[in-house]
Order: sequence, then structure tokens, then C-alpha cells
Amino acid sequence: MIAPAETLVQLRRSRWAGPRGVAVFGIALGIVAFWLALPPVTERRVVVPVVIGAAAILLGLWAAYRGELRPGWGAVAAGILGIVGGIFATRAAVPHLDAVITWSALTAATLRFATPLTFAAIGGMFSERSGVVNIGLEGMMLMGAFFGAWGADRTSSWVGGLVIGAAAGAALAFVHAFFSIQLRADQIVSGTAVNFLALGITGYLFQDIYGNNGTPDNLPGVPDVHFGFLSHVPPQGLGTFLDDAFGGLNLMVWLSLALLVVSYVVMFKTPIGLRIRSVGEHPRAADTVGISVYGVRYAAVTTSGALAALGGVFLSLGFVHSFSENMTAGRGFIALAALIFGRWRPFGAFGAALLFGFASAFAPRLENVEGWANYGTLFQALPYVLTLIAVAGVIGRSIPPAAVGRPYVKQ
Amino acid sequence: MHGAERFSAALNLQQTLILAVTLILTGLAVAFAFRCGLFNIGGQGQYIVGSVVGLQMGVWFSSLSPVPHVLLAIVAASLAGAIWGGIAGLLRATVGAHEVITTIMLNWTALWIASYLVGFGGPLQDPRAGAVPVTKEVSPGAKLHVFWGSAVLQGLHIGFFIALAALVVYWLVLARTTVGYEVRAVGFNAEAARYGGIDVARNYFLAMAISGLFAGLAGAIDVLGWQFRLDLTTVQTASQIAFMGIAVALLGRNTPIGIFLASILFAALLNGTSTRNLDPSIFKPELAGNLTRIIQGLVVLFVGADLLIIYLWRLRRKLKLGRPKAVPPREVPQE
Repeated sequence: MIAPAETLVQLRRSRWAGPRGVAVFGIALGIVAFWLALPPVTERRVVVPVVIGAAAILLGLWAAYRGELRPGWGAVAAGILGIVGGIFATRAAVPHLDAVITWSALTAATLRFATPLTFAAIGGMFSERSGVVNIGLEGMMLMGAFFGAWGADRTSSWVGGLVIGAAAGAALAFVHAFFSIQLRADQIVSGTAVNFLALGITGYLFQDIYGNNGTPDNLPGVPDVHFGFLSHVPPQGLGTFLDDAFGGLNLMVWLSLALLVVSYVVMFKTPIGLRIRSVGEHPRAADTVGISVYGVRYAAVTTSGALAALGGVFLSLGFVHSFSENMTAGRGFIALAALIFGRWRPFGAFGAALLFGFASAFAPRLENVEGWANYGTLFQALPYVLTLIAVAGVIGRSIPPAAVGRPYVKQ
Repeated sequence: MHGAERFSAALNLQQTLILAVTLILTGLAVAFAFRCGLFNIGGQGQYIVGSVVGLQMGVWFSSLSPVPHVLLAIVAASLAGAIWGGIAGLLRATVGAHEVITTIMLNWTALWIASYLVGFGGPLQDPRAGAVPVTKEVSPGAKLHVFWGSAVLQGLHIGFFIALAALVVYWLVLARTTVGYEVRAVGFNAEAARYGGIDVARNYFLAMAISGLFAGLAGAIDVLGWQFRLDLTTVQTASQIAFMGIAVALLGRNTPIGIFLASILFAALLNGTSTRNLDPSIFKPELAGNLTRIIQGLVVLFVGADLLIIYLWRLRRKLKLGRPKAVPPREVPQE
């Protein structure tokens, strides 16, 4: 069904006006309620977060009453969280708050945690947009992590690690592509198999080559990029903040941001992207107009492997500077979640990765609060619980590409 | 066979079957959800929840006599697993959240909560253990009876029969009950099932809850059967076995007999490559363990590729008879 142009315009306008906009405003208020109680503002009166949080709840209830159920309840949840967080923060001593909340360090850590997820999620987007479910992202990242370290060790340069790591991820993705496209195997089965393979291959080679000593200490890492001028940005506070937050990030963090923009342009503004998406939405139609469905899918899945592997390379060469068995620890799956969470769009996936990265960066800091040190491990669950709540409450149903998971039979 | 050989063979078989018990149950957890068209990657979380609850029930209530005590622990752990799986089912049924995301998040949530409970300074840590993060031991009455081999040498416990019973229950529920019929109908085609008057949402929830029940049961049986206490390493690594349930269900094609055979295969692979069974001077167990994973991966990979057989078949025909056998292309429905 094709909607007339006026309706489309109306739809677009009404998307943010009315109850929906109010609900989003409510969510923002809930966050503000918490934020005010934190440094640098450090509001000490309990009333302030409570009143603002209550306003968020009221707005959410109104929006829910007017039919915007999910954002409405999201605003209610944000309001409650804002009040609870605000009460906690106003009760805590100021030095503790300062120890936990250092916005510049938090920003830098958030970006660092989000980077591997961004790479893998965008990789996954290429694969899934072309109609191939890629549950093997985890394995592809792991291949990147190991072969990146191995390549950097062998070639004595991080560039070599980057290239070899990406190639290894692409090779694994090609296996997935061959089985799920050519042999029309169940894509989830094939993806799971690829994960097992990667775990075994990297573990075996790691034990065989490096054994108990681990990867060498002098592994060439991907360099950090220093922007000296950031600290000279006019207001003193802003300059220091920018320098602390963005002045010393790893090159690959910036690469991931660049990839974000490039992948958006490629996927939504170029003929290549149109082909990928058409193959993922309606392969028969794409085939009819002369697009090679298999060719596009092969290319997309292999690309996704290389990109996910870059996320793995960042882990081993940019983050911890060594490799250990199964070091991705489920990040590929989380990237998959971020992709679905972000509705198969690059910026959506990046937003989800940031949310997850923020929670990962924030959780370990909570240990610094007096008397909370024992709960350190418990806080590690925070990112996952937050994602769960976000998936359940605010986002809900995401609609995948129409042909995702279905093998295509040529005629 | 001589006495010593016979003894070590029996010991190995016992170890293999103990592992097979876990794999059967975690395999069923994946398979049941598969039959409803859901992919339960959450076996790990449901297993952890089951083992923690099973452990604690086994530590408490030590005044109970053995049979009710074991039953209590097993039922409580299964219910805990069912709740953990049910959360994912409920989210899928109500707001449509993808079960792959929710079960992964629930896995990690369970892992970290359990690490906190069991770990140093956690509420379940044995106060006498000092700095060692380990829980109290399950009271003797709650331990599962060992019917083959010695209880000291980790013989085969009656959990084996529970797993066999679970296989039968799995078949009975799917093939002989209304719930099973509806679950399968939803798995075949959710839209058609909805049109036929089946409450799809309810079945999503039920299928995930029953899946979780199997995984929780696996956790309880392991902790009552041979682990007896939990430590951080057990929580963080042994639960990977639960993840292998996926491979078991895939290889077993979601059928009870298939799952049984597949779990024996994988259990033998795991046991055969364990540190205990390999002489490090001949083959490093770390290498062998990873080889097991590669074999697992290959098995799953080729199990999924049934078309490969047709390709090979055609190739054989071509070489022998000079003409390819016409294989009608499988029609894949669009929309």
C-alpha cells in the first residue's frame, strides 16, 4: 500500500508532536532528575530530583493514557529511576560522588567500551541487511582478536595485525556465507557452528604458539591519537574536559566513528546499499532486475566478518594489548543485541552500543562508593539488566529485514 | 580385560555419562524452544540459576529426610530455571522483544549475580573458607544416590535416570499433549497457528518456561550429583557446558533419541580430552580441549548442511552415469 504524500508528511510531523513527544520529554526529565544530583551540579536537596522525577512520571502516565504505551511507560520508568538515583546521590557524600562520577573519564571509557560493539554491530548490519542472520559475530570478533595479535607479533607492526585480523574474520565469515547461502543451511545453525569453530581454532593456535606464557609483552599496539589543541579550547573547564574525554583515545575509536558515517552513507545513500537492502527485503525481485543475490550476500557477509574482526583487533591490540582464550566474552552477542536494539541502522546500533558502553564504564566505578566494595561483582550485571529493561520497555518490537534468515533458491 | 583396565574403563564411562546427563537436559532446553520456533541461547543462565537454587536448598533444610530433601531442591531449582527462561518468554509474548537478545542478557545477569553470591564476601560464601570463594557443601541427605561406582570417586548418580525420564517427558509433552501440539503448531507457522485459534503469546511463554525448567534441572542435578559446592570457577566455566546444549539439540535434530545419542557423543569427546585423561607429554590437554570445540563446530556445521549430501549425490551420479539426477529445487515461500 502506498501512502499519499500528504499522509507521509503528516506522519513525519506527528511522530514527535503530541503524546509521543511528551513521553520522550518525560524520559529526558527522568534522566535530568538524576543528573542534577550528580557532579558538577551536585544538587543536595532531595526535593529537586523527586519533583522533577514526579513530573516525568506524570508526563509518562499522560502519554500512556493517550495511547503511546511504550514511550509512556518508559518515561514512568525513567522518572522512578531518576527519583531513586537522585535520593541515593543526595544521601552520598560529595567526595564519593566525585570519585564515581568523572564525566570526562566516563565519556572516554564509554567510547572505549562501545568501540568493539560498534564495529561488530555495523558488520552485523551488512550481513543482516542482505538477508543473512549473523550469529557468528562473536566468533568473527574472536578470530580478529587472535589473528590481530598474532599478525602484529609476526609482522612487528599493528597495521599487519589489523590486516591479518580482518582477513581471518572475513575467512570465517566466508565459511558462514558458503554454508548459509550456497548450501542453504539454517543460518542460526551455521552461525553457531562458526562460533564453536572460532573458539576452537583460536584456542588451539594460542595454546600451540604461545602456550602458558601468553602473547609477548612487546606486542605492537594500535596507537592512541593525541589532540593537544583540545586543552586550549576557550573556557578552561571545557578545554580540560575535552582533552580528558577525547584527547587520548585510541585510533580505532575514531575509526569506528568514521566507519559509522561511511556505513550509513553506503547503506542508505548509494546504489550498493540499495542492492544490499533489496536483496534482504525481497531477493526474488532483486534477482528479477538483474542483481546477483548470491553475489551481494557473499560480499555482505564477508564484509561483516572483516568489520567484526576489527572490533576483535581493537580488543587485543587497542585495549588490553594481549590475547587470552575466549577474550571476546560474549561481546559479539551483545553487538547483535545492539544491532537489533538499534533497528538494523548504524546510528541506532551505535546508540545501543553507547548505552551498553556507558553501563560497562559506570558499573565498576560504583565500587568506589563507601561500603559498596563488596557488591563489585554484582554491579557487573548492570549493563545487561539495563539493556534488558531498555529492550523490554522502551524499544520493544523491532522489524527485521523481510528476507532475513531465509535461504534464496535461484530459478 | 584385566582388573585395572576394567576399573578405569568403568570410571571413564561413569564420567562420560555424568557429563551426558547435563548435556541431555541442556539439549532438551534448547530443543523444546526450537520446536516452538524460538532460539533459547539462555541455557547457561537458566542452568546457573538452577544450580545456585539447588545448592542453597541442599544446604538448608538439612533436617529433612533424603527423598523429600532431594525432591525439594530439584523442584525449586527447576522452577527457578523456568522463571528465568519464562522472563524471556514473557518479554517475547508481551512486547515482542527478541529472545536471542533477552536470553543473552539474562545469561550474563545470572552469571554475575551468581558470581556475587558465591564469590568472596558474598552471602553464600562459606564463612569457614576464609578468602577462598566457595560455598558451603550440600548436606549429605540431599546428595544424589550413586548407583554405579564409588561415591568417593564420583560414580554415576541417579540423576542419569532423571535425565532419561526427562527425555521421555519431552517426547510425551510434545507428541501427546495439547500444550505440545500447540507449541509445535506455533513452531511450524505462528501465523497459521494464530488463525487456528491458538494463543501464540501464551505458547511462547510456556515454551521458554519449560525450556528453562530443563536447564534449571540440569543445574540442580550437577550440584546435587557431583559438584556439591559451587565456586567462582564452576559458575563461570562449567556453565559453558550448558552452552553445548545448542550443539546437542542441533545434532540430535530435536528428537529425544537424537539428543540422547548426541549428548553421549559430546560427553565422550569432552571426557576423553579432559586434563585427567590425557598425558600432557603426549598431547597437551589444552590443545585437545580446543580440538573438541573444533570438532563440535564442524559437526554442527555439516549437520546443518543437508544440501551438501544432495550435491555429493548428484556429483556421484554425474561421474557414474554421465547425467545429473534432476533434483527439484526446494521452493522457499516468500512472505
